[in-house]
Order: sequence, then structure tokens, then C-alpha cells
Amino acid sequence: MSFIPARRTGRRVSRRFTGRDLAVLAVLLGIPVLLDIAVVWGPTLASVALSFTGWDGIGDIKWVGTQNYENLFNNYPQFWPAARHNLLWLAFLGLVATPFGLLLAVLIDRGVRFSRFYQSTLYMPVVLSLAVVGFIAQLVFSRDQGALNAVIGDTGSPTDWLGDPDLNIWMVMLAAAWRHTGYVMILYLAGLKAVDPSLKEAAAIDGAGETQTFFRIVLPTLRPVNVIVGVITVIESLRAFDIVYAVNHGRNGLELLSVLVTDNIIGEASRIGFGSAIAVVLLVVSLGFVVTYLVQELRGEKNR
Amino acid sequence: MSRRSLLRGAAVGAGAVALPALLTACGSGPGGDGKTITLGSNSSDPVPKKAFADAFAAYEAQSDGRKVKVNTVDHNTFQENINRYLQGRPDDVFMWFAGYRMQFFAEKGLLHDISDNWQDYKGFSAALKAQSTGADGKQYLTPYYYYPWAVFHRKSLFADRGYQAPRTLDEYVALAEQMKKDKLDPIAFCDKDGWPAMGTFDYIDMRTNGYEFHKSLMAGEVAWTDKRVREVFDTWRRLLPYCQPGANGRTWQEAANSLQKKEAGMAVLGLPHPGAQFPKGEQGDIDFFPFPEINPEHGQDAVEAPIDGFLLAKKSKNLTNGKSLESAKGLLKWLATGKAEDIYLKSDPNNIAVSDQADISTYSPLQKKAVELVSGAKQISQFLDRDTRPDFSSTVMIPAIQKFISDPDDVDGLVNDIERQKKTVFAAD
Repeated sequence: MSFIPARRTGRRVSRRFTGRDLAVLAVLLGIPVLLDIAVVWGPTLASVALSFTGWDGIGDIKWVGTQNYENLFNNYPQFWPAARHNLLWLAFLGLVATPFGLLLAVLIDRGVRFSRFYQSTLYMPVVLSLAVVGFIAQLVFSRDQGALNAVIGDTGSPTDWLGDPDLNIWMVMLAAAWRHTGYVMILYLAGLKAVDPSLKEAAAIDGAGETQTFFRIVLPTLRPVNVIVGVITVIESLRAFDIVYAVNHGRNGLELLSVLVTDNIIGEASRIGFGSAIAVVLLVVSLGFVVTYLVQELRGEKNR
Repeated sequence: MSRRSLLRGAAVGAGAVALPALLTACGSGPGGDGKTITLGSNSSDPVPKKAFADAFAAYEAQSDGRKVKVNTVDHNTFQENINRYLQGRPDDVFMWFAGYRMQFFAEKGLLHDISDNWQDYKGFSAALKAQSTGADGKQYLTPYYYYPWAVFHRKSLFADRGYQAPRTLDEYVALAEQMKKDKLDPIAFCDKDGWPAMGTFDYIDMRTNGYEFHKSLMAGEVAWTDKRVREVFDTWRRLLPYCQPGANGRTWQEAANSLQKKEAGMAVLGLPHPGAQFPKGEQGDIDFFPFPEINPEHGQDAVEAPIDGFLLAKKSKNLTNGKSLESAKGLLKWLATGKAEDIYLKSDPNNIAVSDQADISTYSPLQKKAVELVSGAKQISQFLDRDTRPDFSSTVMIPAIQKFISDPDDVDGLVNDIERQKKTVFAAD
């Protein structure tokens, strides 16, 4: 009796890939791989290649070497502010908005009164696209007709929240953080629900205070959520675009690398080679942050 | 520009980079019944959209069974995608602007030569023909209407306070000074969208240095570090204390609004701008005077009056069919008549017809004054972003002018910046 199944198993092993299996494999693996190459790697490599050329989107593609990069670093007044703003954005979301979201999650998780109300209110902005958040920000911050100046009675010489290049980036980051905080909060809330209450009880019995329990016990168990939130924060801040574009097309104090790419490539301008060079810079910066972060986190995971 | 249209643009852009073969493969073959003309429209605002619909309906009614199928796209989106639109699958006829911005595409071979149409066109001035002509001497555009720029104000405000329209820069400054004393913002000022302040730059430049200089500056032939350009910025800086502060955070709608609310005394805008922000009952209160004279040598010769019109897209598959081409050209011929312009302007009185055969008896006094202004002009300019390369105006000039507005003192740094970038942009070809 036992012989037959064994032989069957053996046969099955030797014939692991039937023609049909192979076809299924080819379709299930092949199509995503092809798509990945076509819509992710293709354009990425094309951007890198195009960044060394001059092309207006119509005529011939001409090789210009590193000229685009030289122009970018030396002759493009918007480039350095944009790079700075991207880093500022990252710092703001990473050091202010994300921790704030975590704090809110912890407070709500502990069950303050009306926690369901807070939860839905704070989560509300997440369903809005950043472009919509940008329009809302304009209603609030507009100099002549905005709600903020009306509320604080700033009418003599009103503050130009969105037109003053020293101020507007902060206002816009605030609006972006409004949305980001809710996003982070919901992720952490989900994570906190999964923390085993007995761990906290054990810590309490061992005499750990609230803060100690949180930082020594809860936060480390949230490690997977931390990784997700970290990556989301980095990606969200480096690809920030919609909100500044909605406010003033990302000019006059709101420059971001993503906007410069769009201005040069999508617009009527069509400086595709030059725009690609900016895109490559953005790609390198993003990869730098994401890879470093992931390597750190994964290494930490192993060492734990 | 909506996020979706932007994404579409991005997707098409990425496609154009990665999959050009695929894109061309999905173009439709030549076809059509030869009677249906597709028309790409950037008139997404309700008033012009309806006015164009009226005009096309009138064309259909009088034509021999021809149909116009209009594809309307949001104004800014249309503009920003024009490059790929014209190279991909454009409509047969599309709306666009005169001047350099048209010549650019003519040079790239994306427009149909309609010189034969022009031989039959009547009622267009030489200046109009020049603005419809490409660098190769052939015509590509059928002009439809234009809207002059000037210094707008409210008649009643000027009458109440006894203000006189100034003729020279000194009188202009004196008037502004008086308004300031009267607790008004003398000049409503805006540049959030990046283009409205260009009109002021153009006028100061043309009044100071003349149209020919302005033209060669826009063509990249004169250095921006030239003394004459600095002079333009110096004059502008003299006017800035009279301009509403916070211009970079204000849209043209808000600026026109403060003019309407009598918070500001004057505004350098185009004809449709105050018109769109004044309620119906106050339309008759809008008035303007030409931008004041700066250098007597050039007086008030030049008028900034952007021309919009219709063109044929070379890449339209339909137009390879002779019958369709004939239909499309027929449509342009009809649109070039004064009558066609009358139908449009009946529902959109914020522009004026280009044809001198158009019926101006129904015009409002403001429109009549605008006709006078344009017909008296020795030169007609097309606005900075239509008189120069699109990549230069959008990536270099918009940020430069905004920077000047927020920090007007560093003119040297500004013009050096512009000149360095101009060299790289104009060297791109």
C-alpha cells in the first residue's frame, strides 16, 4: 500500500513542471516581470540615458554629455532651493508629523473619551488627495481673502502666507503634515491593536512606568510598523508635488525637485534632457534614503 | 491643471520616451467621411466655450452638411500638453496663439501651411498677417480675436476723485502718489500664476526701448545684461512701491477684484480680465488708458494684443484625406470672416474681432475703445510668453520675474541669472 503513494510522489517530483505549469508560471511571473521592465525599469533607464542628451521632444536626440548636470548645478537658480526644500520636507514630516501621528495613535489607543470621534476626524484628511489639500490651504492662507487672516484680524497689512517665499514653505508643509499625521496615526493604531496586552501587564508587574513601557516594550514590538511608516515618510516627502503645484505651481519659495522635473518635461517647455537630469538627481536622493533606511532596519532586525 | 490630467500627461510623456513605436502603432488610419472636422479647443471657461459653440453651430448651419466635433480640454492642460498633442493624434483643427509660439511649432513641421487660404482672406491688417506667418514666410494661423492690454480703472472712481488718465510715466507716478494719499492701493498687482506681471515688463520695455529691441530681446539676440534691460527693471522698481504688496500670492482674479471693489485704483491687465470680475451692472464702469509713455522716441506706439486663432495640425490622420483637408480649410475660411467673429463676440464681449469686416456697431464703448487702441498701434506684440521660446518663458522668465517682485534690489544678479540660463536654453537647438 505504502509503495504506491511513494512512487507517485517520486513521479510527481520528476515531473514537477508540466507544460501547463510552465505556461502558468510564464504567464504569472513573466507578465509582471515584463510589465516591471516596461513601465518601471524602461523609463528609469531611459531617463538616465536621456539626462545625457539634449532633446525638445520633437527633433533629434543629441548627445551632450554631462552638460545638463553642469547647467543644473551652476545655472539653474531653482535647483538648490528645491533640493533644500525636499530635505526640509523630509525633516519636517520625519521629525514632527510622524512622531505627532504616533503620539495621537497612542492617546487614542489608550481610550481617551470620544476616541472614535478623534480617530475619524484625524483620519479624514487622508482620504483627500494632496491637490485638494492644496486648494483648502489656499482658502485658509490666501492673503486677501483667506480665512486665517480674517480670523486673526490681520487686515492692515495682512501676512502673505502663501506669497512670501520665507513663509509659504512652512504653511504648505503644515498642510501636508495635516494629512500625513492622520495617515501615520492610522498605521500605528493598527499596530498598537496587535501588541499583546500581556506584555504590557508583565512590564507593569515588573514596575515599569508608562513611558518606560512604551519605549522599552511597545515601540520595539512595533518594529514592522516603524519600517512601513519610515519608508512611507521618506517616499511621501521626496515625491511631494501635488500640494505645491496646486498652490502656485511650485514657484516662488515652493520649489521641489519633482516640480522642476514637471516644469521642464511635461510643460510646453519640453527640455526633456534637462528635466531627466533633475529626475535622476531625485532618483538618486530617494534611493539613497530608502536604501539606507531599509538596510539599517533590516540589519537591526537580524541583530535583535 | 488637475492631478488626473497631469498624470495622463506624465503617462503619455513616459510613453513617448519608452514606447514610441507602440504609440504610433495605435494611431487610427486615415478615414472619416470627409465632412466631419475634429477641433481641439482650449476654451474650457464657460463663456468662451459657449461662444465658440455658437460660432461652430452657425458654421454647420450654413455649410453643406459639414460637422464640427469639438474636443474641449482645460486651458492650462491644453497648453502644457501641446507638444505631445501635436505629435500624437491631434485633432484636424486646433486653437492656438499667434507669434513666436506658433512659429516654434511651424518650424518643427507640426503645422499645415495655409498660405493658399490667406490669398482669399480679406479684412486682416499687415500686422495680423505678420503674426500669422512662420519664419519660412508661409502662413499657418487663421486669427480670430485679440485682446489688448492696457491700464484699466473704474470710470466712476476717476470721476469722483477727479483723477486724469496719465500720458507719461511722470504723470502716472504722480497719479499713483495721489491715490496713495487717498488711501488706495494705486496699482492692483498680481503674479501668482507667473504670467500676469509679464505684461508690465513688456510695456515698460517697449516704451523704454521700442518694439524692435523688445523683439530681439525675446528672440535671444540681445543680452539680458544689456544696460537697456537694467533700465527696464529700474523703472519697474520705481513703480513697485505703488503696486499692491504680496503680488506673488495673488491671482489675477483677486487683483481684478480689488479693482472692482475700489480698493485699488488701476491695473495693467488684458481686456477680458477685469471684464470677467466685474458684475454685469458694473461692466460699463470699466475704462482704460494706454500704458504711459516713457521714452518720447517710442511714444505709445506698441500695443500688447495677444491674438488667438485656428491652425491645422500636420499630424492629423484625417487631413491626409483630401476631402477632409478641404473641409478643414473651409472651416478656417469661414472663421476668417467678419461675420463669424460677430457670432462669437456676441456671447463673449471681452475680446475684439481681428477682421475689419466685423460689425463693431454692437460693440460696447470699451470694445470700441479697444479697437481704436489696436488699430492705432504701430506695432502689435504678443505677450512675453508668446513672443519667445516656450522653454525660456516658462522655466526662466516666470521665476525671474517673481524673484524680482519679492526682491527688487538685486537687478545685477537677476539679469546675470537670466542671461546665463538664456544661453543654455537658446543653445539647445
